[in-house]
Amino acid sequence: MSTATIDVDGLGRLIDVLAADGYQVIGPTVRDGAIVLAELDSVDQLPSGWGVEVGPGEYRLRKRADTAMFAHSAGPQSWKQFLHPAHRKLWSTDAEGNGFVPAVEEVPKYAFLGVRGCDLAAIGVLGGVLAGGRHPDGSYVRRRPLFVVGVNCTEPGGVCFCASMGTGPAVGPGYDLVLTELVDDDGHRFVVDVGSAQGRRIFDRVPSREAPADEVGLAQEAVASAAGRMGREMPATDLAEVVRDSRESPLWDDIAARCLNCANCTLVCPTCFCTTTEDVTDLTGEHAERWQRWSSCFELDFSYLHGGEVRTSGASRYRQWLSHKLGTWYDQFGGSGCVGCGRCIAWCPVGIDLTAEAARLSAAAKGSVDVDR
Amino acid sequence: MSTPTLGVWKFTSCDGCQLTLLDCEDELLALAGQVRIAQFLEASSAVVGGPYDVSLVEGSISTPDEAERIQRIRAESRVLVAIGACATAGGIQALRNFADVDEFRSVVYAAPQYIDTLATSTAISEHVDVDFELRGCPIDRHQLLEVLTAYLAGRKPDLPDTSVCTECKRRGLTCVMVAHGTPCLGPVTHAGCGALCPAYGRGCFGCFGPMTNPNVPALTAQLRVLGMAEDEVDRVFRTFTVSSFERER
Repeated sequence: MSTATIDVDGLGRLIDVLAADGYQVIGPTVRDGAIVLAELDSVDQLPSGWGVEVGPGEYRLRKRADTAMFAHSAGPQSWKQFLHPAHRKLWSTDAEGNGFVPAVEEVPKYAFLGVRGCDLAAIGVLGGVLAGGRHPDGSYVRRRPLFVVGVNCTEPGGVCFCASMGTGPAVGPGYDLVLTELVDDDGHRFVVDVGSAQGRRIFDRVPSREAPADEVGLAQEAVASAAGRMGREMPATDLAEVVRDSRESPLWDDIAARCLNCANCTLVCPTCFCTTTEDVTDLTGEHAERWQRWSSCFELDFSYLHGGEVRTSGASRYRQWLSHKLGTWYDQFGGSGCVGCGRCIAWCPVGIDLTAEAARLSAAAKGSVDVDR
Repeated sequence: MSTPTLGVWKFTSCDGCQLTLLDCEDELLALAGQVRIAQFLEASSAVVGGPYDVSLVEGSISTPDEAERIQRIRAESRVLVAIGACATAGGIQALRNFADVDEFRSVVYAAPQYIDTLATSTAISEHVDVDFELRGCPIDRHQLLEVLTAYLAGRKPDLPDTSVCTECKRRGLTCVMVAHGTPCLGPVTHAGCGALCPAYGRGCFGCFGPMTNPNVPALTAQLRVLGMAEDEVDRVFRTFTVSSFERER
């Protein structure tokens, strides 16, 4: 068993070692009233003593009684913004006829610190979409040699439901190191498991002590108890079937009456991957560029075909999103598009709850099946 | 190809949108090399007669004279672009559309008999065909350059009709409504500003007007949840694009 324990200084040392190895370390930090993801130089930038209270359409930072750094659930951003940037140049060309010049991207060597189970699963889903097919997205592939420092979740939030999606609270495979944070009378420390050879190579340079059995037990209990404290739960049913049976459900209109079509749910979703392109020319007409930017199925233009948009109603756009995320994603990519992070619930300005709507659709679909039989 | 001519026209407005053209400091010389500015009184009193390849039209139609003049400008313009909240929605002066203009006239002016005004302030598109609309109070500099460079390159301009939220999220900003409880019209407002106000921690006040098919009643319900009184909700929608938001409420 390779379980070890480090203290806060050890975590600081881990950041230093990663930086010295050429990694750009990205992790949680407090900015603008939220815990966001940003480049870290020091352990002091982690959100020590900060927690969050999260509900549908509501997110508030709360001061904690202890110094915990990872006792917060998903914030407004996800790792997607680093792996699949919101806006990037694809190529340029000029009037001289020199052809198309692919954009040269300066891609940092990323080390992600504080990746939750839900979010590591999301990175996997996004990778399957962008790099899993016959034509992998080169931009994504260049960004993917990651160093992942996972953090097992001990403090789920009010909109979390990773336990019912099978992605947490323990971080699944794919990490290099995984931490479980403990803060009690015995101090502030992190129980560390090594998950890869590169994890071992880095961790060997961080001062640690062997974790005693009782400490390992405490860490395991903290993670196990988190599974029972999820604020939300996805109904335990075949959601792909529910989606198929719900195509003409009157519930879509009911949701559409509340839905703003603002696209926030898709943009905060760590697996929503859609993009569109824009062409940019300069005033002289000598230079042209093509850029890619995040797009959303809630945008009217998203379904624009010759002569007009296909999904004009809010109901059709919400149905498209939910049906893809929970249903047809299985057909397309072999799994669910939802990892249970709860961002779409928290960051929906009017608090539409994906789990509640899935439960209503499921109940209604079951009801209709009974009637038909 | 001969150099295209550009005309800049003013109706009922504050001139702020046409000044956005002069605000394009880094691009102004390049622009002057690509178009012949035939009419732009804020920049030069030299005026060249029409027809014009591109006309930028600022301001709303609020007088009988303006209602005629816009017809002439349309007839002389190949491409007509309405710029700003006044030209695209009637502007803040469209508050009169929901009140008694005679009463305003008698209260505001010492000699109201000399004031020749229409009962309403309306968008350019309610009078003539408009090729493109740039929203905002004032318009966004980048969108103005986009519509001009697109014209010069013979392509369609990229003017997304989505919510301000899409720009806010692409910038990685934290939602002021969800995280701070600050009322924000971003979810129903037409994109184009780059989420300027939320970037400074303020709620969007909707100066770009509603996007297509906004769900204003759903947002209104949330504004009430955030503690806005009924008269405050009324006021927040009755500013620079009052006439277009009133249609959606």
